[in-house]
Amino acid sequence: MGARASVTVRHLTRIEGHGNLVVEIEDGAVRRCDLEVVESPRFFEVLLKDRPWDEAPRIACRICGICSVAHATASVQAVEAALGVVPGPRLRALRRLNLAGEWLQSHVLHLGFLMAPDAFGAPSIVPLAGSHPDLVKRVLRLKRLANEICRTVSGRHVMPVSYHAGWSGYWPQVAELEALQAGLAAARADVAAFVAAFGALAWPAVERATEQVAAVEDDGAYPMMGGPLRTTAGRAAAPSAYRELLEEYLVEHSASKHVRPAGERGGGGATIRVGALARYALAHDRLHPDAAAAARRLGLDPATTNPFDAVPAQVVELVHAHAEAERLVTALLADPAPEAPVPPRRPQGGEGVGIVEAPRGTLIHDYRIGPDGRVARANCVIPTSQNLASLEADLRVFAPTLLDRPAAEITHALEMLVRAYDPCISCAVH
Amino acid sequence: MTRPKVAFFSFGSCEGCQLQVLSAEDALPDLLRAVEIVNFREAVDERRDDYEVAFVEGSLVRPADVEQVQGIRKRARILVALGACACLGGVNAIRNRRSVAELAREVYGGRRDGVFTTLPDASPLSSAVLVDYELRGCPIDRDEFLEAVRSLAAGTVPVTPAYAVCVECTLRGTACLLERGVPCLGGVARAGCGAVCPAYGAPCEACRGCHDVPNFEALGEAFARHGMARAVAAEKLQLFNNYREVRETWERALPSPSGT
Repeated sequence: MGARASVTVRHLTRIEGHGNLVVEIEDGAVRRCDLEVVESPRFFEVLLKDRPWDEAPRIACRICGICSVAHATASVQAVEAALGVVPGPRLRALRRLNLAGEWLQSHVLHLGFLMAPDAFGAPSIVPLAGSHPDLVKRVLRLKRLANEICRTVSGRHVMPVSYHAGWSGYWPQVAELEALQAGLAAARADVAAFVAAFGALAWPAVERATEQVAAVEDDGAYPMMGGPLRTTAGRAAAPSAYRELLEEYLVEHSASKHVRPAGERGGGGATIRVGALARYALAHDRLHPDAAAAARRLGLDPATTNPFDAVPAQVVELVHAHAEAERLVTALLADPAPEAPVPPRRPQGGEGVGIVEAPRGTLIHDYRIGPDGRVARANCVIPTSQNLASLEADLRVFAPTLLDRPAAEITHALEMLVRAYDPCISCAVH
Repeated sequence: MTRPKVAFFSFGSCEGCQLQVLSAEDALPDLLRAVEIVNFREAVDERRDDYEVAFVEGSLVRPADVEQVQGIRKRARILVALGACACLGGVNAIRNRRSVAELAREVYGGRRDGVFTTLPDASPLSSAVLVDYELRGCPIDRDEFLEAVRSLAAGTVPVTPAYAVCVECTLRGTACLLERGVPCLGGVARAGCGAVCPAYGAPCEACRGCHDVPNFEALGEAFARHGMARAVAAEKLQLFNNYREVRETWERALPSPSGT
């Protein structure tokens, strides 16, 4: 019996959206290993179609509650690319601050609410409030600060309001920025405690090579606001040429598309991976010094491909996002007047691709805007879709190493691997 | 006093309303003292079916959703719809004017037979079950949710505003967007959000639906007076209020936007 195992988990918990895990092993060989994505699509690419372009960021952000700032940012950047709008430096700083707030929010939620229970052997964060009250207090405080950043910039975190091509519908007041500055300074101890708490944890090892992808910015910043795509295999493409690197394809067990390296045609089984680990691999030398120090403390090797190392990589990025937010608030305070709106140079529209690094990885919105001022075509390439093939391949490597354990432990270990990828299934299906 | 057992469920949605619940942060410890959560897949492993209050997010988009929500209705003493998707159909219902075959062709090249089943219309929960309370909005308002929980735990009825978003803009001191030629639905839209969108530079898109006595003819006239076609008002209402029965409340009063 040692060589047989069957794991079926319907509606995986502590992930965003609905997914089933089905693994069958016989004679030590993995016969089946699927992350079934069973949600119905909401057809967002069609929802965007024929709508006026100014609505696009507000519709697109509804793809996902957790990544709504990333979707609004990618969407407004796609509209701007199509209309020939180059946003000014302070508008970009404002958007980057909001995205840093979303990274903080999302990483704190994933690490604190979704992964920490696994690490401490609890079914949710609720019992941790009794066993680890200090950590839970800090998790909640950091989450509130992250919410406050996004509320200040865009009215709220879930479904940000203020995104327009070339301008912001709101410009934070000096007093609001000063309040954020004070909150961020007070949170330094919480961030340090996070690094200490997660630095003490051990995660399993799954070793499988994969090509990792991130949108690496031209100006030397750690990947966040988008730029040319680069991969750990040395490939690169401009945002508008993303299809030269990434190919979406369909699989039978998933309502989410999968993504593979372009030109692969599925024969070689090559996969890609996006997210914190990919960004760290491609741009660890661009981290804020505090984040780089955290990476050293956590012993995070830039060459690692172990998917569980995404957990320490997110801790490192949490430090970076906090430091970025402090830097950006200070910069905005130095020149707090609203920036003048930038009008379209190409109001008749055209093609436009917007890329950002969502907390979960590279997010691409690709639109065509017609001369009638409406979205004529939309395609969204979601981080989780790009990770699904890699996740399944890692499950295939991981599962056979667990066969000598009781069934409940095998199931739990495989669920942990799914969670380590921080999948966002609502996004993936959209 | 025993704590009421509550459960959270989601159908076709972004799960952002459940995220608003997790964003209660400071209030979470109090919340957990007031109620016992027995099912919350997004955050908690435990799953039990002995709940009294069910909070349900999302639209019904698959045949299986209808069966599941009917099962939830049987078990729950009180069923609360969370957010625009559950209360109105929300953005999901924008697609209802197109066939599922057309949608599948657009998004998947038409090759999706058997992988997912999709209902012709994305529908609010009330299309299949009796809904006791609705918490409106895209997303729901965190404080409104907490107030509703407090009311339900105390055995009273949660009360939410039934007046126009314009009232909240006035209270907040936000300059009128409609008067600047921005297609804002505040005059017909149900309040309770604090009029956050106009304050942050976006028109109200009536994500909470309409208030109790909306005058769509007057809305159309106001759009025309500020240089916009009356059909633009209808086009804006399609964003969150396009589900058949919701649409019927406004479509006769306003000219159809082109192409719909």
